[in-house]
Amino acid sequence: MSGAATAEVVARAEALVQDLRLGPVRAWKEGTGGLAVGYMPVYVPREVLHAQGVLPVGIVGGGEMEIIRGDAYYQSYICHIPRSTVELGLNGGLDALDGMLFPAICDVIRNLSGMWKMLFPGKLVRYLDVPQDFDPEVGGRFWRHEIESLAADLEARGARPLQAPSLRESIRLYNENRRRVRDLYRLRIDEPWRVPTHELYLVLRAGLVLPVEEHSAMLDEYREAVLADAERRPLDQARVLLVGSFCEQPPLGLLRTLERSGCYIVDDDLLQVHRWVKGDVALDGDPLESLVNSFLRDSMAHPTRYIDRDEKGRELVERVRESGAEGVLFAAASFCDPALLDQPMAVAAVEKAGVPWTSFKYAENNGQFQVIREQAGTFADSIKLWSGA
Amino acid sequence: MAGTAAAKDRSQRRQKAMIAEHFSRLARAPETGERAVYTYVPGNLTELVRNFGALPVLPEINALQSGMRGKSRDYIAVAEKDGHSEDVCTYVKCDIGMKRSGNIGPTGERLPDPDLLLLSYTGCFTFLKWFELLREEYRCPVVMLHVPYQGDGVVTDSMRRYVVDQIRGKVIPALEEATGKAYDEDLLREHLARSARAEDDLVAVLESAKLRPSPIDAYFGGVYYIGPIFSAFRGTEEAVQYYRELREEVEERLREGKGPVTPDGDMGEERYRVVVEGPPNWTSFREFWKMFSDEGAVVVASTYTKVGGVYDQGFRHDPSRPLETLAEYCMGCYTNLNLPSRVDLLAKYVREYQADGLLVNSVKSCNSFSAGQLLMLREVEKRTGKPAGFIESDLVDPRYFSAANIRNRLESWFQMIEQSRSGGGAP
Repeated sequence: MSGAATAEVVARAEALVQDLRLGPVRAWKEGTGGLAVGYMPVYVPREVLHAQGVLPVGIVGGGEMEIIRGDAYYQSYICHIPRSTVELGLNGGLDALDGMLFPAICDVIRNLSGMWKMLFPGKLVRYLDVPQDFDPEVGGRFWRHEIESLAADLEARGARPLQAPSLRESIRLYNENRRRVRDLYRLRIDEPWRVPTHELYLVLRAGLVLPVEEHSAMLDEYREAVLADAERRPLDQARVLLVGSFCEQPPLGLLRTLERSGCYIVDDDLLQVHRWVKGDVALDGDPLESLVNSFLRDSMAHPTRYIDRDEKGRELVERVRESGAEGVLFAAASFCDPALLDQPMAVAAVEKAGVPWTSFKYAENNGQFQVIREQAGTFADSIKLWSGA
Repeated sequence: MAGTAAAKDRSQRRQKAMIAEHFSRLARAPETGERAVYTYVPGNLTELVRNFGALPVLPEINALQSGMRGKSRDYIAVAEKDGHSEDVCTYVKCDIGMKRSGNIGPTGERLPDPDLLLLSYTGCFTFLKWFELLREEYRCPVVMLHVPYQGDGVVTDSMRRYVVDQIRGKVIPALEEATGKAYDEDLLREHLARSARAEDDLVAVLESAKLRPSPIDAYFGGVYYIGPIFSAFRGTEEAVQYYRELREEVEERLREGKGPVTPDGDMGEERYRVVVEGPPNWTSFREFWKMFSDEGAVVVASTYTKVGGVYDQGFRHDPSRPLETLAEYCMGCYTNLNLPSRVDLLAKYVREYQADGLLVNSVKSCNSFSAGQLLMLREVEKRTGKPAGFIESDLVDPRYFSAANIRNRLESWFQMIEQSRSGGGAP
């Protein structure tokens, strides 16, 4: 294969991402007669939906879409993703969805669940209160009940009942999908010139609207294409970890800008639903219990999760080491409470570890990147200078 | 609290003395050996903390007191200089700045470091991050109490059990460890019984505003009324006495046909009856209050006075089910209700209190309150047919209080109410 094969897969992914009317979801529904249910970042148990024959559809805002009505629902000091999501809901972009799930991220997304109930009374709307207690007998029992209650709601709307064999098979498929994602992240760490982040991002984001089986095939195609692409060569870039962009996503242009400014992004917080569970979910035993336990014991350390016994920032520093990052870019969406409240602790942890860092904010609809380009470029230059490269 | 020249009634003076004594005890704690447990206002477990002989410290109260005393600007600047974003909650930054400036409390005495951070996470995501930040500051034990949100507008058995299990299995052992005292359920029942008595009297006070003229202001006056019960005193004999006296005082005003007490004394003619959604601004509290009282506007019901419990909707602490009642209390606070429930409550207030309209004070710092308020406003307006107004300020950051802007908007809103009364129709 040549560069053309990579470009073809990436273009296909980009077309899926740019389709704000959810064309692929509509097509899937027409083909299967199944339900499609949207979910906001950062984590939902997609395996449960899949096992019930429901297509989980990740909704991460409207990007650079023009906002006509959504702004009327929010004050100026609230982040951008809820206003573009409301806009999508009001302009019919999400009509293909039979419901929306709002996992516990922050108060804005939590309250959006109530707004959705008022704005779209015919749809299934659920706030998913993930546990902040990680004891299987306490938080685990609660989370299991939340999942069972979600499954009952889906069934009441026509989905298949949740049964162990189908859930086990869905877990297997998502395990395979997560393994492919991990492999691509590993490949990017080892050879970042082969896997530019702006491409990887598109290929992962396409997975938000595709059935997991199709997405896994796309990941295989992409991996095969970039490995065969002989034109890709290493550049003298600084290796950075991009932190804080887990809910409202940065514009694609911003990712390209960071890369053009001299940074290889070797790890990131983008589209974490693919990597929230770090390893495989166990396939033996009760599959629902396995899913619950994976959330309790094998989830990412994250600003939206209470860090109980562990030290704040330890996992971040570990990620720096494992990815070989030479610096950290803290990139939070403006007014993002979880990211910005977490940042002083994360900064303290990387400073203690002697890792250089810089920070900036963005909104999903930013169109100007010159200032960030200069900042990131200076940061990359200074890393190369300090490291003696 | 609103300034030295402000008129104060008996209950306000009593409350001031109670709070001063509490802070004095806190200041003496390093010598007396009393333990300090930091926790939050909404859904707090004051009865349980008191059960172990510990003293609650409420960081939001410290922050708002700092705001009222003109200290919050400098504290916020300290936190922002140390890397805290200008975008986030100013209560948090005020608290961090206060700590880094010597942790001097409202009475001018140093607050003790926490023996335990009781992270009762009710209705506000920021609470979680706040105590993670304080843990880094103090390096002290933390116990998390995750309180599920009423996403579907109900408390389920699973939610109740989850909270009770955490209280029994995590919070009580952490309090035992921090204080060296054993859990005493009989003593807790006594505290809870006293809570319920005070709650009865508070509800009688709040509901007196249904009468015309209202003898109270349920927002600016209301924040004084809720002070003891939402903070360190619920479950104490002092709180029982305070609320009994407050109720008697309000009943006396009713008999005399008096309106509310304002910073300038008894209010004159009651021209507007309004319901307010959202917390007040604390840095210009008196000026803000006078914008209402000067116009003859009385707040007859408010949601801020429900952040520590919607007692007026029937909840009472129940000594016969001590842990269950604590769990239900945590889950029932106003900001733990979903938006449709909040709209229902606001529309009910407008109707039951015969209000002329709803005013939203949208504060930059508090997304738990603010996100969704514009939709709530339109929905309440639609359901009640009464005009709604919208102003913006902040809790304790004086940079976000623009008196001229707020006054202009209030004047326009009062004109809308007049127009609506004269047959101009609701918007």
